[in-house]
Amino acid sequence: MVVAALAAGRESSLRQLLETMNVTPGVVDPSNALLPFVAFERLHFARFALLDDSTLGDLEAFGLPRPRVPLYLTFLGECDGPREAQLAEFAERAGQGLRRIFSHCQGFDAAADLLAWLMAHDLPVAVRYVNWIGRTVQQIRQESALQRALSSRVPRGVADAVDTDLQAMRHELVAFVQAELSAGRLALTPPEPTPPGWQLRNSIHVFGVPLIGLVVLPFVIVLLPIFIVLLRSHEIRDPEFCPRPSRAAVLAMQRLEDHDVTNSFTALGPVKPGLFRRWLLQVLLVLIDYACRHVFARGHLARVRTIHFARWVFLDDKTRVLFASNYDGSHESYMDDFINKVAWGLNLVFSNGFGWPRTDWLIKGGARRELRFKYYQRGHQLPTQVWYKAYPGLTLSDLARNQRIREGLERGDMNEAQVLEWLALL
Amino acid sequence: MSSAAATRPVEFEDVQGLVRFGYRHLTQACFLLLRVKNADAARTWLANAPVTSAIARKPPPRVAMQVAFTSAGLRALGMADDIVEGFSAEFIAGMGSDESRARRLGDLGASDPALWQWGAAQRMPHVLLMLYSVPGGLDVWLRTVTAQCEAGFEELACLTTSDMDGVEPFGFVDGIAQPRVDWDRQRAARDEEQFEYTNLACLGEFLLGYPNEYGGYTDRPLLDVERDPTAMLARAEDAPDKADLGRNGSYLVLRQLRQDVAGFWRFIDRQAGGNPALRRKLAEAMVGRTMEGEPLVRRTRQAIVGTEDPLDSFTYRDDPAGLRCPFGAHIRRSNPRNADLPPGDAGFISRLVRRLGFGADALRDDLVASTRFHRLLRRGREYGGGEDTGLHFICLGANIARQFEFVQNAWLAGTKFDGLSGESDPLLGHRMPGPDGTPTDAFSMPAASGPDRRMSGLPQFVTVQGGAYFFLPGIRALRYLAKVHP
Repeated sequence: MVVAALAAGRESSLRQLLETMNVTPGVVDPSNALLPFVAFERLHFARFALLDDSTLGDLEAFGLPRPRVPLYLTFLGECDGPREAQLAEFAERAGQGLRRIFSHCQGFDAAADLLAWLMAHDLPVAVRYVNWIGRTVQQIRQESALQRALSSRVPRGVADAVDTDLQAMRHELVAFVQAELSAGRLALTPPEPTPPGWQLRNSIHVFGVPLIGLVVLPFVIVLLPIFIVLLRSHEIRDPEFCPRPSRAAVLAMQRLEDHDVTNSFTALGPVKPGLFRRWLLQVLLVLIDYACRHVFARGHLARVRTIHFARWVFLDDKTRVLFASNYDGSHESYMDDFINKVAWGLNLVFSNGFGWPRTDWLIKGGARRELRFKYYQRGHQLPTQVWYKAYPGLTLSDLARNQRIREGLERGDMNEAQVLEWLALL
Repeated sequence: MSSAAATRPVEFEDVQGLVRFGYRHLTQACFLLLRVKNADAARTWLANAPVTSAIARKPPPRVAMQVAFTSAGLRALGMADDIVEGFSAEFIAGMGSDESRARRLGDLGASDPALWQWGAAQRMPHVLLMLYSVPGGLDVWLRTVTAQCEAGFEELACLTTSDMDGVEPFGFVDGIAQPRVDWDRQRAARDEEQFEYTNLACLGEFLLGYPNEYGGYTDRPLLDVERDPTAMLARAEDAPDKADLGRNGSYLVLRQLRQDVAGFWRFIDRQAGGNPALRRKLAEAMVGRTMEGEPLVRRTRQAIVGTEDPLDSFTYRDDPAGLRCPFGAHIRRSNPRNADLPPGDAGFISRLVRRLGFGADALRDDLVASTRFHRLLRRGREYGGGEDTGLHFICLGANIARQFEFVQNAWLAGTKFDGLSGESDPLLGHRMPGPDGTPTDAFSMPAASGPDRRMSGLPQFVTVQGGAYFFLPGIRALRYLAKVHP
């Protein structure tokens, strides 16, 4: 995730330039001249957003100093494989366009090495959530084509005979796919092996974090009563600040939304002042990162099955946190899922954000205070000027279904019930 | 939120009757859409207008009148801007106000607000006057009321209705499922998870000024008491030093839905290839009920709280594969009838596992949950007959975004509802391809013995002709806004 401060007086010129990447506001031109996203085959999602955070003034409402931070431009994306490789590819194949964009930023030297500049402005991600670790863009596109081909092939008319021989139907469909594959009209590339380095790092992480946890456990137990006292005193004292966002600001974001079945979300806000919240947030993000990598890596983040990717990133010496996600459905459904399915999880992290609706015991209340939460969430959201998705029209339930279709295709013999289940997916 | 306040009984004399009654015995009705011509005269009439309250009367009234306002109407009557801004954003903006809302509601193509007969741009009503009468009495009642109010208003449209004896124009018994409003305030006013589907809904889901299903109060205009020196308004339960302009009021959503009855049956006939049993079966699968109103899924053995009607005593729990009632059937979309957590044991561990999203392996488990936050109190009436016929869809709720707009967007217009793909509501969908060109005009019916049966190329059967969001005030609030307030 590249974050760079804007040079003085360049904001409106940058906004105009970014708008040239869109067909209409909210709808990107995937082959736009500046950064033709579609040419990058490992890229799932990407966005440019100006981090124009109006909620810093919230602190002043409580007599706290307003942090002096510059206006940032962020460029972030989700890709298969290492991000360094993706950035290098961007720099190599779209260097001119990226130079034009980043020439609006402080300290950008058009003559210097673009990749080195991008890497120097690449911020570490505190928590990264991936709906299905290892599912590549290529796989998604191939499986979607497979599903379309098979779906149109299945006899399913309302007046068709019902008592068909299911095994024969499956064999016919498998043979059809084989023929399409040989003719080159479909492709099902076998997954590339996981890089050994990744596997090793993953294994170290899977055991390392609990091991460290075990080591510090005695301290945790000793400090727990103090922690609880501190937490409760903060929860009672912490100001709640959730004014209703202006209708114009909400409408400006709604104009960018619902052009596809998936939407983007970018939000930013200050962390509550003081060391307690700052440390608590860092510990919680380490734990959540662990859960995302090892527990919720297969299709759901707790009960939410509609988030493709999400991330939390610290900004400005950990005084602010940026949250960015790509989710299926409209914004109202997204908030509905948040409140009704994972309010507890949201509270864990965001209750450390300044103004969050009051929580009890870290997980109760908070986002369950419906309207205050909705105002807070919209109030901290920022318009995403440019947003790209590599597979328009597809939701996560489509991806999961298509993946199962392929698995069923590549399996050997199936019993009658399994065939039925497979056919029902088509 | 003191317990004394929470148990305060509902003042039925302050609630407009439509919230409590459907006025089924008043079979004649018409809905006048008015614009304010002379604000003084309009207010004078509103100050004493004979609005019917929710008090149960024996014998029931022979005529009834209800009054509701758009945000433009409140402004036209002289309500201060800062008071109007206290209402919800959706109400202030209006149903046909912008393209993003039209995208969300599926009001595209032939249903584009730019084509509406009323409700957008210059054709925005200020006041909705709903007149009901026993058979034969409407003409006189309409003449009486228009004579009284014509000094203040001009008529934009008069939406007539037809008594079709509880059957909507396609031929299905309609209006069966309704939430039971908790008038006695039995439900505790707190945020509490519900593990069973219940039909009993908190009063605050439909009336402003009372706790909703989250145990909170929905925002509405709360005024400093100086703005209500004669205490015309009740004080807010959640803010006793404020006058509650919303109390006992509700938002009313009105949409004129024209139904292409001939086109509907023509399409089904073609699909059924002249087989009358299949014809009926297909139409019933699209609705989710038989034409007589019997649900396609079996009734539950256990009673559902808040439901006595046998036609409404069911959930989809015993039909997880959609074999009896297709996932995309109209009534399964509009009310999925589930609880806050997927079904399972009541034990702590079992619930924890489900809260973390495990134990739900099937593709569509838990995609749709917590129906109770998205209930609509429906009060629609059919209109016309023959060529120009349809439904004046009316629903009441305290939160337009979370109730009407959510149901319309995520569940009805949604092409990905509950794991489906390529189809929206079989009755209401606009059938336009998605932004990426994928069709949305299919309807699939899971089959026990093979792949889904599927119809494709569904034409558009329902077109939106007009629509608006109204505020149906409590009667004290109505009298208050009939006065000039600087």
